[in-house]
Amino acid sequence: MRKISYAQAGMEALVEEMRRDPTTFHLSTDAPDALVEEFGSERVRATPIAEGALTGIAVGAAGSGFRPIINWSMVTFSFVAMDQIVNQAAKIHYMFGGQVKFPITFRTSVGGGRRVAAQHSQSPYSMFMNLAGLKMILPSTPYDMKGLLKTVIRDDNPVISFESNRLMGVAGEVPEEPYTVPLGKADVKREGSDVTIVALAWLVHEALAAADVLDKEGVSVEVLDPRTLVPLDCDAIRASVQKTGRLVIADEAGPTAGASAEIAAVATEDVETFAKMKAPVKRVCALHVPIPYTPQLEDHVFPDRDNIVAGVREVMNV
Amino acid sequence: MALTQEKQLEMLRIMQTIRRFEERASDDYRAGDIYGVVHCYIGEEAVATGVCAALNSDDQIISTHRGHGHCIAKGADLKRMMAELYGRETGYCKGKGGSMHIADFSIGMLGANGIVAGGIPIVTGAGLAAQLEGKGRVAVSFFGDGASNAGPFHESINIAAAWKLPMIYVCENNLYAASTPAASTLAHSDVAARAAGYDIPGVVVDGNDVMAVYDATQEAVARARNGEGPSLIECKTYRWRGHTERVGAADPRPQGEIRAWQERDPIERFVAGLMDQGCITQEAWQEMDEEILAEIEEAVQFSKESPFPDLEAAVEDVFAE
Repeated sequence: MRKISYAQAGMEALVEEMRRDPTTFHLSTDAPDALVEEFGSERVRATPIAEGALTGIAVGAAGSGFRPIINWSMVTFSFVAMDQIVNQAAKIHYMFGGQVKFPITFRTSVGGGRRVAAQHSQSPYSMFMNLAGLKMILPSTPYDMKGLLKTVIRDDNPVISFESNRLMGVAGEVPEEPYTVPLGKADVKREGSDVTIVALAWLVHEALAAADVLDKEGVSVEVLDPRTLVPLDCDAIRASVQKTGRLVIADEAGPTAGASAEIAAVATEDVETFAKMKAPVKRVCALHVPIPYTPQLEDHVFPDRDNIVAGVREVMNV
Repeated sequence: MALTQEKQLEMLRIMQTIRRFEERASDDYRAGDIYGVVHCYIGEEAVATGVCAALNSDDQIISTHRGHGHCIAKGADLKRMMAELYGRETGYCKGKGGSMHIADFSIGMLGANGIVAGGIPIVTGAGLAAQLEGKGRVAVSFFGDGASNAGPFHESINIAAAWKLPMIYVCENNLYAASTPAASTLAHSDVAARAAGYDIPGVVVDGNDVMAVYDATQEAVARARNGEGPSLIECKTYRWRGHTERVGAADPRPQGEIRAWQERDPIERFVAGLMDQGCITQEAWQEMDEEILAEIEEAVQFSKESPFPDLEAAVEDVFAE
């Protein structure tokens, strides 16, 4: 099968969906050349650097029968638009009694590893998970990126696509034939029987590398990728943990009130799952600090395969 | 373009409906039948009425936290409005929004909004939708002097001007942002003067003169439909009541100032002019008022007879299916 990058897979999803649905249009502070070339500068607009306004514009256009696709670029810039995200986009469907749909795709990049310090190295998806009314995806492979993003664009709700900075250039198999990946469906990236690692985005790849190391020690690791954070595939998480009896969660975000905490609760609040657990949950997350610039510090703050291996050994030795 | 007598009487009816609706909402709020918060538009009726009279039914508007007047002027159903205030399942938002969030997208009313300036970008998106559709629709943003000092106003109006969106930005300058005098927060006493910075027309009109508001809007709408882009209209007006209907809420405005504006009552002025022109008699005016009161009573009865939502409704409509 052909291989394309994570970034290319996202662009393919956009092009295919914009061809398919004439009510889609694209707003971002830099208009992608490939999109302008094919769809013209009416449908693919470069906006002023005014994220609040362009997010609100998406809400209003969505409520008027269109299907806007917004690229905030780095998630840092979404914070400039917080009123429109938190008070408007997330609540408007419910608050108005569901009288019209607000189909909006928000794309944004998350994560560290680029030596760009505290503001531009964030993974704040749990802040958005805490709001009712937004769906969100967090793909880890080019295949999932394309399939999920196509589903997101077709969804009738505001959905945020969190896309990993570290994975943009990573290539993977993506079929030429059209396909979609449903929201709320986790994917077992590797089957195993001793411990479940629920890993997010870039850490899926680190977890797979850790699994190879642990395999040599005789530990059979299952790697589960939730792929979408809202809706979260609670059944798949519980089923895997019931099978292995151990849960390690690997997330590039900090642990406090994070997606990792939610995933831990999903497993431990469930009576049947908890009954089968042989060890406490272990979270492998970033340190709870703003992300530092210098490589020695940044790499120390973020978790990687070594931290995951250590985390698994800890739960295996209980 | 001179308006027909019929249209002017319809505008009078709308203004009086707004006033009577809010007088009743205020009473019922004090009686405990309406919850939370109610912001009254009384005194500013000429703005919503004059603007909406210049619009087509498929044009879109967005409102503020003080939204009843805009809803009624755009043609909202009084029963469903009152039922929403009463928190009933028959309300516009099924009892989930209340006074601050009434919307009716089917008539182009994109909602009242609890965030000052929050609606301005949203309705600008409706303007973009209208431009992409290319059917000549326009969109109107209502906002106050307070919102004119917030970032979303400037960001939105700049985009609308740069892209020549079919937008009309209507500032209802009632001289106070909640309790803070505009005189102490506006760098220039005229919000309309800011239009120069965006290279669009900006006009100040007497917001208590419904025909002046209508005329200015007509001009802006024609320009917008013609693809010439947005306009800014500043309507100088005044709200008679406090920022909210909450009992005991501080209202620091001088009594003399309130009285002076009440003497410029937009409804009395309009009706006096119509009587001078022989459009309406004192008796017909009284009859119209009684019809309006009866319609509002009917809306209240409808609300009281409507059920509260089932508890299951709490988890419905978070997402569209």
